[in-house]
Amino acid sequence: MTGSTEIVRYLGKVAAAAPFALVALLGLTSLLGRPLSEKATAIACRAVIVVGLVCAAAVLVFMLASGDRHVVVELGDWVALPSYHFAVKLVYDRLSVPFVLLTFLLCGTIATFSSRYLHREGGYNRFFVLFALFLAGMVLAALAGTVEALFAGWELVGLSSALLVAYFQERPAPPRNGMRVWAVYRVSDAALLLAAVTLHHLAGSGDFDRLLGTEPWPHGQTTVTGSQAFVVGLLLLVAAAGKSALVPFSGWLPRAMEGPTPSSAVFYGALSVHLGAYLLLRAGPILEASPLLAWIVVVLGLVTSLYAYLAGSVQADIKTALSFASLAQVGLIVAEIGLGWNYVALVHLLGHGCLRTMQFLRAPTLLHDYHTLENAFGEHLPRGTGPGRLLPGTARAWVYRFALERGYLDAILGALVVGPFARTFRFLDGLERRWTDFLTGKTSRESDAVASASGQIEELS
Amino acid sequence: MTDLLSLPWLEAAILAPLFGSLLVGRVRDPYRAARWGVAFTSITFAFTMFAGAAAAAGTSPVGQPWDIQARLFNGRPFSLDELTAPLIPVIALLHLLTAAATARTRMRRFSFAWSLATEWIGLSTFTCTDRWMLVGLLAAGTVPPLMELRERRRPARVYVLHMGLFVGLLIVGWWLTEVGSKDLGSGLLLAAVLIRCGIFPAHCWVTDWFEHSSFGNALLFVAPLTGVYAAARLLLPTAASWAFDVLGAAALMSAVYTAAMATVQREARRLFAFLFLSHGSLVLLGLAQDNPLSLTGSLRIWSSVVLSLGGFGLTLRALEARIGRLSLTRYHGLYEHVPGLAVCYLLTGLASVGFPGTLGFVGGDMLVEGSVEGNPWVGVGAVAAAALNGIAVVRAYFLLFTGARHGATIPLRATGRERFAVLTLAALILGLGLVPQPALMARYRAAEQILKERQTRLNSPEVATSDSIVR
Repeated sequence: MTGSTEIVRYLGKVAAAAPFALVALLGLTSLLGRPLSEKATAIACRAVIVVGLVCAAAVLVFMLASGDRHVVVELGDWVALPSYHFAVKLVYDRLSVPFVLLTFLLCGTIATFSSRYLHREGGYNRFFVLFALFLAGMVLAALAGTVEALFAGWELVGLSSALLVAYFQERPAPPRNGMRVWAVYRVSDAALLLAAVTLHHLAGSGDFDRLLGTEPWPHGQTTVTGSQAFVVGLLLLVAAAGKSALVPFSGWLPRAMEGPTPSSAVFYGALSVHLGAYLLLRAGPILEASPLLAWIVVVLGLVTSLYAYLAGSVQADIKTALSFASLAQVGLIVAEIGLGWNYVALVHLLGHGCLRTMQFLRAPTLLHDYHTLENAFGEHLPRGTGPGRLLPGTARAWVYRFALERGYLDAILGALVVGPFARTFRFLDGLERRWTDFLTGKTSRESDAVASASGQIEELS
Repeated sequence: MTDLLSLPWLEAAILAPLFGSLLVGRVRDPYRAARWGVAFTSITFAFTMFAGAAAAAGTSPVGQPWDIQARLFNGRPFSLDELTAPLIPVIALLHLLTAAATARTRMRRFSFAWSLATEWIGLSTFTCTDRWMLVGLLAAGTVPPLMELRERRRPARVYVLHMGLFVGLLIVGWWLTEVGSKDLGSGLLLAAVLIRCGIFPAHCWVTDWFEHSSFGNALLFVAPLTGVYAAARLLLPTAASWAFDVLGAAALMSAVYTAAMATVQREARRLFAFLFLSHGSLVLLGLAQDNPLSLTGSLRIWSSVVLSLGGFGLTLRALEARIGRLSLTRYHGLYEHVPGLAVCYLLTGLASVGFPGTLGFVGGDMLVEGSVEGNPWVGVGAVAAAALNGIAVVRAYFLLFTGARHGATIPLRATGRERFAVLTLAALILGLGLVPQPALMARYRAAEQILKERQTRLNSPEVATSDSIVR
């Protein structure tokens, strides 16, 4: 092994470890009740992100110079038992390097922006702890060389995302929406975990090199059969759909706009919302092994895109409109992945992430920007009419209503899944009450008095 | 050092809470009783640490003049092995932290004497290797909760009916197993274990116990998973093969059912009870599998349940001490007042559902992976239960800590002792979660020991009834 290879592997390790150092610093000081000052927090964030970015960029330079397109950084076995191994392995390739560079770049921008935007906010420290957790999760998911490590990063992103949606926690709406996000993420997490376990079972290891071949991305070849690829791919698709808000899980995306603008920008404009697409890109060989699955991915992407276009067209607030615009592009990216246009999808993802972050960050000053433009033009800006005018009156009204109600997705999920679930288990809870009342010979639940004396909040229905 | 470890630490760890219970029971002043209670649980914890270290080093007082057990029993009915050596300090620590974190406002209600008695019986149970004595201890362990319910003048019929049935089935089942009626004995023992573990539909006594008991004693009674221990020691080594299938199926159904019930609860104690039941079922599910992976995962989750759900329960208890029973039908907005407890709530709650980097993560992964090898639907069920538990934990977090401004006329911030308790648990949850290898290796050896023992007894059934469990 040459000296330069050693150095690049060292840099690769530093790039991955830097965000975790930030989590440890901000998390432990907060846990001990001694949070860092605003200034120190901002400096720590910038320093860590710069270190991570420089190291990742150095790896890229090495890869370009050496022609090596698949740099593997082994960190050893986190757990090694005779019948179980949990290896920690980072992979720098054509897919992960651009994504991790985008992550550091946009997180650096957002950290700098947030240190001013949230100045003297009560939850400043909480924001940055969760932000650090998000960064660590994104970097881990992007660089993961094993499906288990990807899952770990995936979960960190999900938790930080849900908690940041509930950032303004003095009001009930943000936590309520945060709960929605978390519930969808848990479904997504469960699907990914099952996919991971299934892959592990099929290949005997969660190592991507064994699952998808050792050829550099996107030329890998999966070792699983077509039918196995279909089952695993469907699970991965459910996971990606939950994380990237694809239909039918799209309802959480506008709800996530309750969070502060910087986190909305980086989560739902740029990075988190693309994580599902990233997963599908990573699992590209599995999609290739099952043409039916690939077509399902294309259809899902296009349906999501159309849905997001319609819903986004009638939104009255800029963040929600941007979130649907973002989703429309994510849908297209997913369709591109299904068609096997991996490089197109990757470039689309990178460009879209940057553009949308900028738009989100400008969102709070939208009216000011409009006035500036109108002053420059000397007249009102022209208003687009869209293809809706081509529809007959009744259909146009129906489509408008459909778009305004966001495709009734929340209502459908509520009526078909959440409502029956909550009613069934509350009914069973009632049966249990009757049973213990019967056994006791009188009212058995002290907790009924506690619950009934309170207000009405029903999170699950 | 070897000489030091050969002292009778295990015997001291068992006797310390007994003496403590007798002494504290005579103290009338609740604050003095609390001080004595903390002192005795601290001493017990220290003794269990030494006992665990001695077991790891392979030393014991055998042949030494201070071998108390040899004099009293003409043998060693109490000893540690791979399974119990790491569990004993964890259980003692939970008792210590529960006693230490008891708020002054709750010191009159929390019975330190009964808590120490529970610890004494619990430690005796977990170290007992003589089967009939173990049956007796399992039966005796049901008494302190009953006394507590009586003292608090709360309805005890649900508890008495279930525990009476448990004790009856346990004794008859074990007797039948001893006399060679394997199938019937297994059936009765299985029923006893299902009741003691609170497996659906025999789980209502656990929620009822949490309704009426003090939170601290409720937690201490259920958290060590004594029913799972009974399964590991009495049922699994002797059971007919069909019993494993029934046990696995019942545990899986119970894990999913109770996790789903946890998501719709309207009060925090009931939420905790259902979370606990779901996790206990997952541990039992792993024990019912016959591969070392599931079994190791299950044993790992066992430790995680004691520490994570123990910490989770202590956090809820600390909140209860401030604002009374916690409704989950409205937002409380407590974060602003108790941010440290909020963080610990999330940390312990998420650790219990196997969040990455915490104690439960690898165990959950191993359990699912091992289960998938046997039957994919078992893996699906385990994942569904974990997902639902995660939803329940975060839902309650939002309801308790966010969504409103809580007006308080007195400061609600965590006391020093509470901070110590939750930070200790947080350190263990993160430390053992981030560096899992050493503890997992020990759990793996314990799993191998269980499987080996199971295999030996399957090959020579007569051994099943003739010897004590561990030598």
